[in-house]
This record gives sequence, C-alpha cells and structure tokens, in this order.
Amino acid sequence: MFPILQIGPLALRFPGLFLLIGVWLGISLIDREAPRHKVSGAALNNLVLYGLIAGIVGARLGYALRYAPIYAEDPMSLFSLNPTTLAPLDGLLVAMIVVFVLGQRQHLPFWPVLDALTPSLAVFAIFLGVAHLSSGDAFGAATSVPWGVELWGAIRHPTQVYEIGLAILVFLAVWRIRQAPTFQGFQFLSWLAMAAAIRLFLEAFRGDSVIVFGVLRAAQLASLAILAAALVGLHIQARRALTAVPAVDQSTKTM
Amino acid sequence: MARIADPRRWFGFAALVVLLGLAWTFRSSVPANATTGGLTPSPRVGFVAPDFTLDLLGGGQVTLFELRGSAVVVNLWASWCPPCRAEMPTLQRVYEANRARGVEILAVNTTFQDTQADAAEFVRAFGLTFPIPLDRTGEVSRSYLLRALPTTFFIDRKGVIRQVVLGGPMSETTVQTAVEELLRED
Repeated sequence: MFPILQIGPLALRFPGLFLLIGVWLGISLIDREAPRHKVSGAALNNLVLYGLIAGIVGARLGYALRYAPIYAEDPMSLFSLNPTTLAPLDGLLVAMIVVFVLGQRQHLPFWPVLDALTPSLAVFAIFLGVAHLSSGDAFGAATSVPWGVELWGAIRHPTQVYEIGLAILVFLAVWRIRQAPTFQGFQFLSWLAMAAAIRLFLEAFRGDSVIVFGVLRAAQLASLAILAAALVGLHIQARRALTAVPAVDQSTKTM
Repeated sequence: MARIADPRRWFGFAALVVLLGLAWTFRSSVPANATTGGLTPSPRVGFVAPDFTLDLLGGGQVTLFELRGSAVVVNLWASWCPPCRAEMPTLQRVYEANRARGVEILAVNTTFQDTQADAAEFVRAFGLTFPIPLDRTGEVSRSYLLRALPTTFFIDRKGVIRQVVLGGPMSETTVQTAVEELLRED
C-alpha cells in the first residue's frame, strides 16, 4: 500500500495517478482500435473526453445538490479539488447520458463504438486494480491462507492482487478475440460477461461487501444480472448478424 | 457465431453459467456484520476509529472512546504546516456552528514533530476553543497511518470512520457537508 508519494512539499496521490495512467493508456488505444470498427478515432476521442468531463461535473453537482443550502452559501466550493466531495454514481449516470446523447447526435454507430472502446475499458480495469492496491481499497476478507497480507488490522485475502491478475487475463482475452471476424457487439459483450463473471467470483473474497437481504453480497447479484444480460445480448447480436441481409450495413444503426 | 446464435445451445450454456453464479453467490453469503471491517480498529472508512488517550494542551486528558455518541472530527496538524494554518479557522467556525448539535473536534497536534510552545502560540493566535490533544510520542499518528499533514477523520456517533480527507486546506463547505453526513446517519 503506497497511497502517497512525497516529493518535497508535494504529496502525490498514487491511486489517482494510477487511474490517470489507466485513462491515458485507454485513450491511446482508441486511435488504434477505431479504424478496425470503421469509427472515426477523433470522434471517439471527443466522446470519451466529454464523457470524462461530464462524469466529474456530474459527480460534483450530484454531491452539491444533496447539500444545496451549504453550497449556496459558498458556490466557489463547486470548483474544489477535494475528491471526497464527489458523488461517483451520479457522475457515472451523467457521463453515460452525455455520451449516449452526443453519440446519437453525431450518428456514431452504437455497437462498433462499444467494440472499439473495449480494449480501453479492459486496460483501465487493470489500473483500477493497481489503484486499489495502492490505496488499500477493495480489500479482502480476513483469512488464514498462507498468501494473506496484513492490511487494516488483519491478515486478509490480497483481493487487489487477484483483481489485477484476472484483469490482465481478461485484457489478453479481449486482445486475442479482437482479431477474430465476428459480429457487432461481440467484443464488448464478451468483455462485459468476463468482467461480470470475475467480479462475481472475486466478491466472495472481499471484506467490504455491501450486504443485502441479510446475507447476500449486492455486487454479486448485480454482476449476475449483468452477466445474464451480456449472454442474452451476445445471442441477440449473433442472431441479428446471421439473419441480416448482407447489403444492409449494421453500422448504420446509431447510438 | 453459429453456436451463439443457436438458441438451444446458447441458452443451455447461459443457464448453466447463471446457475453456477447463483450457487457461488449463495456459497459466499455472509452475515451482514461480517464485512466492512467489523469491529477491527483501523484508520479507514468503514472501520472503527483506533482509540487513544492523550494529554490536552492546557491540562487534562481526552479519550476518543469516551466521545461515543458524538460526531467527532479528528484533525492531525502541526504549527509549521501551511495548509493546517489555512484550514484551522474553518474548523473553528464549523465547531461553533455545530457544537450544540453534538459535534466534537479533536485537533491532535503532532507534537513529536512540533513543539508544545509553538502549538500553544498557534492555538492562541487562531483563538481555537476545541480540545487540542498532544501526540508527544507519535503513537497516535502511527496508528492513524499519518502520511500527509493535515489529515482529517470524520467519525460517526458509533465510532466508525465515515470520511478521510488527506491534505488540505479543506473548505468550510467540505467540512460542513462531511459533518452533515455524520449527523444524518443517525
């Protein structure tokens, strides 16, 4: 766990740094992947950029709306650099809406866009794991296994290491299947299914799970639903590709 | 592609995967209090704040555990630290505005890397009225894994850390919203 790198008076936060590296590597893959899916690399880069900005703005506005009277007294606090005053889920929702609306306005094809972004998502997932390792977040349950690590007052499963290892395997799988000629959405839906399956598996070793219905881990139920949806999605897209008239270009479907 | 498009084959496979997932979900079910750190004291969100007893500047002692029932803000600072100087008036204003609502502030001076005289001058200059515990040995700073000054822990009435802010200065909005979250959880 190395949350902070102190360089003189400057305290660099490693988790944020690793997330930035993940975003940067992800973006650098876009130009390489976009042509393969007949999508404009520039348009895709813009889409990601607007999505990131919308995510940050949405997360801050979401947080501020919960405490509107306090922020009304000091509106400049909306521009605070403090990451604790962000509402991540609100940000994610706003980013998804903005990306969807912008994609639709620019007539970007829905599935090819997601397929082109898949390797970027897969590489980001690796660095999300590294950020967790650095901050000590997403920590494991207490254990007696010989490879347990001491963290937060107990010997725990090194879930962050499991997370990184499995994310690397998924990235390699995504990198491999991207070569195969398949149908639109295959790459994204395959990644989504693998990512959900991994979360479903790994959550069992986590020590910070949110519990619902008394004993069940919320993340496992959500992962199960996403996994099932991804598998159904794969079937629907495969059927579409098989039944499509060859002359009709699937990419004309827009977001 | 043909395999995926074949409904019987694919849905058979999908059903098997989902059933295995469901079995794993039930296999790994745990009681609600088995996660989020339980009662292990540790300086991170979701865990019980590590207890400490320290001498106070001006006399007396304070024990964190005895403040259970109050929302507590533990701020670690030093007199030579510029962001600490910048945010201390904010903490004083938030303290004055919320003390009657059951909010306590413990501004722990990291005396092992400061001097008691400088700390006392700092407190006088800013007119601070909340308790100033003195961490003379560095034991509390170590148990709270102090890595940056200032660092602030927002602890709820049950003694569980709800937010950690590394560095500063925090704006009044940041402190006030964090305090509201502590009070809202009851």
